[in-house]
Amino acid sequence: MITTTKLIKHYPCGEGQVAALRGVDLVVQTGEFVCIMGQSGSGKSTLLTILGGMCHPSGGSVEIDGTALYSLNDNGLADFRARTFGFVFQSFHLVPYLTALENVMLPLAPLKLAAAEKRSMAADALARVGLAGKEGRLPSKLSGGEQERVAIARAVVNRPAILFADEPTGNLDSATSDQVMGLFAELHQSGQTIVMVTHNPDNGRYAQRTISLKDGLVM
Amino acid sequence: MKPYHIALKNLQRRPARMFFLTVALAVGLAAVVALVTLANSMTADIELTMDQFGANILITPKSNDLALNYGGISLGRISFDQRELDPSVLQRVRNIKNRENVAIVAPKVLGAVKVGDRDLLLVGVDFEAELRLKRWWNLNGSEPAAADDAILGSAAAKVLGIKPGQRLDASGHSFRVAAVLQETGSQDDSLLFVPLAAAQAVTGKQGKITLVEVAALCGGCPITDMAGQIAKALPDAKVSAIKQVIEGRLQAIDQLKRFSFGMGAVIAVISMALVFITMMGSINERKAEIGIFRAIGYRTGHVMGIILLEAGIVGLLSGLTGYLLGLAAAAIALPLMAQSGNPQLLVEWKVAFAAVLAVMLVSLLAAWWPALKAGKMDPADALRSL
Repeated sequence: MITTTKLIKHYPCGEGQVAALRGVDLVVQTGEFVCIMGQSGSGKSTLLTILGGMCHPSGGSVEIDGTALYSLNDNGLADFRARTFGFVFQSFHLVPYLTALENVMLPLAPLKLAAAEKRSMAADALARVGLAGKEGRLPSKLSGGEQERVAIARAVVNRPAILFADEPTGNLDSATSDQVMGLFAELHQSGQTIVMVTHNPDNGRYAQRTISLKDGLVM
Repeated sequence: MKPYHIALKNLQRRPARMFFLTVALAVGLAAVVALVTLANSMTADIELTMDQFGANILITPKSNDLALNYGGISLGRISFDQRELDPSVLQRVRNIKNRENVAIVAPKVLGAVKVGDRDLLLVGVDFEAELRLKRWWNLNGSEPAAADDAILGSAAAKVLGIKPGQRLDASGHSFRVAAVLQETGSQDDSLLFVPLAAAQAVTGKQGKITLVEVAALCGGCPITDMAGQIAKALPDAKVSAIKQVIEGRLQAIDQLKRFSFGMGAVIAVISMALVFITMMGSINERKAEIGIFRAIGYRTGHVMGIILLEAGIVGLLSGLTGYLLGLAAAAIALPLMAQSGNPQLLVEWKVAFAAVLAVMLVSLLAAWWPALKAGKMDPADALRSL
């Protein structure tokens, strides 16, 4: 379960500051699929990075299953991200010189697992997103939809408790977007907690709950 | 998949950049290796020349101000009434601080003898030491083995009309001429060499030594230092080092060594700057990639490890290539710079090890800050830049 309390985030802007989040209280239950929606500049991506343990808030707190996220030190936070979170980014952000399988294995690289086990986990994850047989392809040899699937496989390969997605269909056509959102729906049906940021209202229908942000506040 | 796979894959991804960085570092190292190898090879060449040259330290009685003429000491009219050395000096020479550099200790007794109606200079020697000392000697006949075996100089043999195997009488003592020296062009051509004990008996100098020649290996020990140590051990003796010819050359090589180390320091600084700039450029290019690594849970140490491994591999390749290039350059330059006609290139594993290690260290040190910057990269910053 994710709980935020009076979450505040300021960014420096010139000699002053701009408030991206202005006291966000939020609860996401385990197994829930939540879409955070809002216009550009509403603070939704900032909220996602704070929930994902990548950006210290200026105020307030984030608890994940009882752990105060930002009480952890840098390495503790990195370990927590590795164990607990999966991330899907808007532009896929696959490592261009690694094959699909190697990209999916990336989150497993620092873990003390046998190479064969890592390989097997990555192959399973690719199979789950329908990319069996394309393990050896470089990202440049995959379509946009396939790259997104690899990114999703990479996000779920370590079976994270929470999957964060930031505009996962932002670079896809509508048909491919539907396929990708279908994948998220399947993951959710298998019990995956998903927090997705999107500005596409069509994506909201796949979620159980939609949270609207405006000017750094939950509406 | 381990973090080091990422480093290897990234190096393969940018082969041109890594190739040029490796070549740049290797060329810098090659210059230093070539100079150091040249300096070391030339030093060894000179040491070899000195060894072949024979004795390089002479020990004579301090009180003897007569002009002797043997091995650079003038004997004049054969005035042998000077003070002699005690045989204990031999052991004291072998006990000096740099005793491992003492290669040969060759004691001698000098005296005038009558052979027929001619005066001849008799030299009592330890034949085993003497033959090792004077490697340029060529004998007609066999090496002396018996207590009355002698070697006769070529000029003396000619004057006396004696051939190898014949006997001669020297002041009442009979010797068999085991060998006649082929002409050496030195004073040896006019001398009669007999065993030390026999010479002491003939000249009446039992238990005495006239002079001692010492062959010192000068590697790592200046001859002047050794001469000083011997002089300290033998306060009643005069110790002379034959060093003038060699010293200037060794000083020049020493300057070459210092220059190469100085150049090495400058090249190290330039190399560090090169690696630093390349790595910083690489980090900035890979900001998104590193941001992803951090986002999915790579610790600072994991990311640093990837960057430092890349730098280490470049350093290792540069070190190996640079050492081999440097050796090749030294091999080409050595014949042009060495003193002897057949100089040997000194291939030293310690130089190879030091060269590779130094380049790796330079590479790692230069990459440390970029690696730390990458390792500490805020994933949110990286994501915002995507």
